[in-house]
Amino acid sequence: MKFTSKRIRRMIGGLATVAAAAMVISGCSVTGASTVTGAGGGNSGTINALFMKQAGYSESDIAAIIKSFEAKYPKITVKPTFVAYEALHDKIVTSAPAGTYDVVHLDVIWPSEFASKGLITDVTNQFPASWKTSMLGGALTSAEYKGKFYGVPWGPSTKLFFFNKTMLAKVGATQADVSTWAGVITVAKKLKAAGIVKYPLSWSWSQAEAVICDYADILGSYGGQFTDSSGKLDVNSAAGVAALTWMRKTITDGLTDPASLTFLEDDVDKSMAAGKTAMELNWESTFRDQNDPKISKVVGQVGVSAPPKGANGDNPGVNGSMALSIPTGSKHKTAAWTFIKYITSEAVQDKYVTSSMTNWKASYTQPAITQSNPQVFAAAGTAYNSMILRPAVANYNQVSQILQVEIQNALLGKKTPQQAMDDAVAAANKLG
Amino acid sequence: MTVASAKKDLGSPLPVKRRKGFDKQGKLAFWLLLPACVAVFGVIIYPMFRTLIVSLFQVNSALASVTPFVGLGNYLTVLSNSDFWASIGRTLYFTLVSTALELILGLIVAGLLNANLKWRWLFRTIVVIPWAIPTIVNAAMWKGIFNAQYGALNALLTQLGIIQNYQAWLADPTLALNMVILADVWKTVPLVAFFLLAGLTAIPPELYEAAKLDRASWPRIFRSIVLPMLVPSISIVLVLRTVEAFKVFDIIYAMTRGGPVNGTATVAYYAYETAFSDQNFGVGSAISYIITIFILVLSAVYLRLLRRSDLSLL
Repeated sequence: MKFTSKRIRRMIGGLATVAAAAMVISGCSVTGASTVTGAGGGNSGTINALFMKQAGYSESDIAAIIKSFEAKYPKITVKPTFVAYEALHDKIVTSAPAGTYDVVHLDVIWPSEFASKGLITDVTNQFPASWKTSMLGGALTSAEYKGKFYGVPWGPSTKLFFFNKTMLAKVGATQADVSTWAGVITVAKKLKAAGIVKYPLSWSWSQAEAVICDYADILGSYGGQFTDSSGKLDVNSAAGVAALTWMRKTITDGLTDPASLTFLEDDVDKSMAAGKTAMELNWESTFRDQNDPKISKVVGQVGVSAPPKGANGDNPGVNGSMALSIPTGSKHKTAAWTFIKYITSEAVQDKYVTSSMTNWKASYTQPAITQSNPQVFAAAGTAYNSMILRPAVANYNQVSQILQVEIQNALLGKKTPQQAMDDAVAAANKLG
Repeated sequence: MTVASAKKDLGSPLPVKRRKGFDKQGKLAFWLLLPACVAVFGVIIYPMFRTLIVSLFQVNSALASVTPFVGLGNYLTVLSNSDFWASIGRTLYFTLVSTALELILGLIVAGLLNANLKWRWLFRTIVVIPWAIPTIVNAAMWKGIFNAQYGALNALLTQLGIIQNYQAWLADPTLALNMVILADVWKTVPLVAFFLLAGLTAIPPELYEAAKLDRASWPRIFRSIVLPMLVPSISIVLVLRTVEAFKVFDIIYAMTRGGPVNGTATVAYYAYETAFSDQNFGVGSAISYIITIFILVLSAVYLRLLRRSDLSLL
C-alpha cells in the first residue's frame, strides 16, 4: 500500500473523528471521570471494604471487629475483601472507576498519589480537630496530603529488629551486642563461624516496596534521607551509597541469605520462625507470629528492639503507617465514615495491640494496654520517636520501581553502589 | 391459462413460504446469537476500541478528568524507551525458548502416548493434569519447588549430589527467567502433545509399513513421514503457543513480579505496570497495541513460512 499524503491525512482525520466521538460518549474525558462522584448514601446499607492481607491486623481480627461493629450498627453490613500488600495499590486503582469499594486500606506512601489524582475523598471537614493532637504524628502522615486529610490513620508502623536470643546466647551475645549495626555484623560472623545458622541475616530484598523499607532503615542509620531540601531524590549522596555498600557486603561476607533477593517480609518472618534466620528487620506483628506455636519453631526465643544504631547513633525506623480512606466513587460514604470512625477508635485499636500498634498517644501511657504486648511497646515507643519517610511525591510508585531495580543491581554486584544510585537519581529526575 | 401465467401461479407462493421460513429461522438465529454478540462486544470489541482511544490521550489517573489528546505521542514515547525494548528482548527469549522446548517435549510425549501401551488411556489422562491446573496455582506450586530454603528442587539436586548447597533459583535475573520458562513448559507440554497426538493418529499405518518394507530406518521414517505429516498440527501449535507466550503475564506476576532487576519483566507485565501501578493509562494502552502488532507480525511470518508446505492447514 502506498501512503500518499492524502491517504495519511484521511487516516489521521478518521482517527481524530473516532477519538472525538469517544470523547463525547465518555463525557469529554476518556476515563468518563466526570460521572464518578459517588454519594453519601445514608448511614445504612452494605459497604465493601478492601484490606491488606499481610502484617498487622489479621483476617480474624478484622472479622471480629466487623462483627462487633455490625452489632452496634445493625443497619450497616460490612463485606471485607483481603489482598496481599503487593496487589493492594493496583486493586484500589482498578476498582476506582466502578466505585467497587467504600473503604480502602492505604499505605503511608500513597495519599499523595491517590489524593492528587482524585481517587480518595477529602475528609478534612469530618476529621475532629482533637484527633490531630491525640494521635501520633507519624501515624497522621499516613492520611495527610498538602494539609488535608484523606482518611483516618489505622496504626503507626515501623520495622523493628528481631533476634533469636537462644542463638545469640550460644555465642555469648545479648541484646546489647546487637544494638548497633556494627554489633549485628560481629554477632552474625560469630553465629556463622560457630555453625549455629548458615546465614544469620535474612531481609525482604525482593523487587518490591519491601526492599525500599529495609534500605530506608539502613539509610537512616547512616544519617541519610531519600530527598534533598528541594525534594529531589538524593540517594547518591555519601550516606545513600554507604548504606547500599553495607547491604551488599553482608551478602559477599556470606552473612545474608542470598534468597533474601526473592523474599518479602512474610518469607523473612517464616524463615526466622523455622529457625533458619537469627536476626531480621520486620513489622511489629512479627513478634506475634514468632510466638505462635502453630507456625513457629522458636516460640519464646525471639527478642525485639528498635532498629540498631549506625555509627552516629541514628536509628530511625521506616514509616510504614497505614490508613483507611473512602474512594471518591463510593456510594455509601456516610456509612463508610461511620465504619472508619469505629474501627480506628481508641477502644477498638487498644483491643488488638498484639497485631498492630495504636494511633492514640494515650494508649502508650496506660499500663493495662502496654502490658498486653510489653516487648513490642517498649521497642516501638523508641522507634516512633524518629522515623524516616519515603518521598511523598505523586509519582512515588515510579520512583520506587527505579530504586528497587537499582538497589538490586548493586546487591547482585551488577553495578557498584555508587553507579546504581547515580543511575537511580538520573532516572527519577527524568520523570520530572 | 398461458404457460407464463401458469409458471407465475406455480412459482409465486414458494418464495413467500421460503421467506417466511427464513424469517423465522433468521429471528431464531438472531436471538440465539445475541448473547454471544453482546458478550464479545462487551469484553473484546469495546475494550479494544476504548484502549485504542485511550492510547491517543494523556491519561494519568483512573479518574482523570483532564485528558489532553496527544495523537501518536504515547507510541513514540514507548518506542523510544529502552526499558520497553529490554522487555521486548526478554519476551522474545521467553517466547522462543518456551515454544521450542514445548514443541520438542510435546513431540516426545505425543510419541509415547501414541505407542501401543497397555495402560495408554491412563497415561493420556495423567499427562493432561498439568494443563488442567490453573496458571496461578501452577505458578505458586513452582515458586514453592524453587524456594531457596525448603524447595523440592534443592532437596532433589542435593540428595542426588548434583549441587552441594541450596540455590536461590529466582534470585538471579537470567536464571529466574529460565526457571519461569521451565514452569510454563511443564504446564503447556500436555496441550502441545495432544495437538501432535491428533496429528500422529491421523497418519495411515500403511505408510509406516511401506517404509519398513523399504528398510527405512526410524530417523528416516521420522524425517520423511512423521514430520511432513505433522506439519498441519505443528503449524497450529506454533502459532497458538507463540501468541500465548508473547502475551505471558500471569505466571510472571505470581512467581517473580518481574524481578529480580526486571529480569523477568516481559512486555505484557511492563504494560500492566505502566498502566495500573504507574497510572499511566495512555502509555500502557499504547504498549498493548504495540504488543498486538508484534503478535500479528509474528503470526504472519509463521503462516507464510508454513504455507509453503502443501500439507499445512493454514
